[in-house]
Amino acid sequence: FLGAGGGNDIQWCFSQVKGAVDDDVAEADIISTVEFNHSGELLATGDKGGRVVIFQQEQENKTQSHSRGEYNVYSTFQSHEPEFDYLKSLEIEEKINKIRWLPQKNAAQFLLSTNDKTIKLWKISERDKRPEGYNLKEEDGRYRDPTTVTTLRVPVFRPMDLMVEASPRRIFANAHTYHINSISINSDYETYLSADDLRINLWHLEITDRSFNIVDIKPANMEELTEVITAAEFHPNSCNTFVYSSSKGTIRLCDMRASALCDRHSKLFEEPEDPSNRSFFSEIISSISDVKFSHSGRYMMTRDYLSVKIWDLNMENRPVETYQVHEYLRSKLCSLYENDCIFDKFECCWNGSDRQVIFHRTVTFFLPPLCSIVMTGSYNNFFRMFDRNTKRDITLEASRENNKPRTVLKPRKVCASGKRKKDEISVDSLDFNKKILHTAWHPKENIIAVATTNNLYIFQDKMN
Amino acid sequence: DTQEKETITPERAEEAKLKAKYPNLGQKPGGSDFLMKRLQKGQKYFDSGDYNMAKAKMKNKQLPSAGPDKNLVTGDHIPTPQDLPQRKSSLVTSKLAG
Repeated sequence: FLGAGGGNDIQWCFSQVKGAVDDDVAEADIISTVEFNHSGELLATGDKGGRVVIFQQEQENKTQSHSRGEYNVYSTFQSHEPEFDYLKSLEIEEKINKIRWLPQKNAAQFLLSTNDKTIKLWKISERDKRPEGYNLKEEDGRYRDPTTVTTLRVPVFRPMDLMVEASPRRIFANAHTYHINSISINSDYETYLSADDLRINLWHLEITDRSFNIVDIKPANMEELTEVITAAEFHPNSCNTFVYSSSKGTIRLCDMRASALCDRHSKLFEEPEDPSNRSFFSEIISSISDVKFSHSGRYMMTRDYLSVKIWDLNMENRPVETYQVHEYLRSKLCSLYENDCIFDKFECCWNGSDRQVIFHRTVTFFLPPLCSIVMTGSYNNFFRMFDRNTKRDITLEASRENNKPRTVLKPRKVCASGKRKKDEISVDSLDFNKKILHTAWHPKENIIAVATTNNLYIFQDKMN
Repeated sequence: DTQEKETITPERAEEAKLKAKYPNLGQKPGGSDFLMKRLQKGQKYFDSGDYNMAKAKMKNKQLPSAGPDKNLVTGDHIPTPQDLPQRKSSLVTSKLAG
């Protein structure tokens, strides 16, 4: 397993858990997205109730080299409210589908949050001073009678308790007929894309009344609809390139320089299917629920129901690596279809892009950043990691029973069939209501955030 | 001969189970009906009145009853934003922040 030895193996320990302990989960508390900002100092969550909670990492205690800073609540606000679509008589859920952070340009932080229909740009700023000593106003705000003023003073800024304010700076609305599943900020830091089931739009962060449609897969006759867009992302370095995945398990790479409407892909990534293996479930389980570029942009990772696949952008006809997340579910597809679990959308993420540093005698080697570990969630509050170099994998559990800080998490094992060993759990005992759909990896350190239904777990590397 | 000995893949076995339970299941597995349902997701209401009634019922369940506000500023002067009581949030704060 990972952590069983070796120089770079990570030993994961429990750090913190956020959220209520009670089993009775209100729908609004269901976590729907988790995202670190670019420095890793801030960690944002969105929930089904349309709320955003941002945690901030405490500054490291320099004397205590054993622990990294804890994450504490920094700001919380109501991002979206439920609305009513009058035309279709449908509710527009306030659930936050995605949060994406902008890179920091000044003292304030900015993030994009989206529900099914509307994207909002939020500014999160700190206020730690307030003006005092006005001549015409009392401290409580009431105006003074000017005739009572006998001397003048210069108002000054005085320190006050830190206040973190969130304000919506832009609202990007009315551009999506279908439900938004992805937003992705371009490497130019000026534009971003939003994708719904059938269309992808390009926006400028400063402009809310105009949006360019760059992909449209809506057929003229809806009866002919065969696939929908499931996720989309901009390339991390090429501002003209983006990819989108489909419910049929394909990924299309598009180049915006080729044409205004990128309906014709530049590359089509698809693994050929073995026709003899085809079943009713084939297409459903091949639907891609998440796509993520590696930090270099050379590779991308996709998540379908049972596996994670790594694709080399230079090779379209098959993935270069495939990792089975929970293959034992293949013989449970009938019940998973009946209880709708087969439609669960798991996300996936790469490890952070920290440079590897190796110390050898008096020389320090800096190796280029690697995307060498992938992480994704499963059921029973299990989550999985795959090390691309060692080919080892590990299953861990997010549970309050593993609450001891600095104790290395015990790997879990699912017994697919046959005699169950001690400490193994059988497939039939798995709790399919405990799903880990959203995970995030700190961009620079070995700290991960794992969301169960309504709790957020933070794990970190046991530092030596 | 070899065909008779051919084992059914787990997926095909599951498919057979499903078809046994629901013999009328559509011919096109990932086809239109399926995707159309996905595009339509969301609870349908009769009209906006129906929707607002449903929302009101939910809100009444969630909030404790609010008493009269003791900090009202009246009569003395024209209120400024600082005078006014904090707007009560209509929705409960996330438990992650608690």
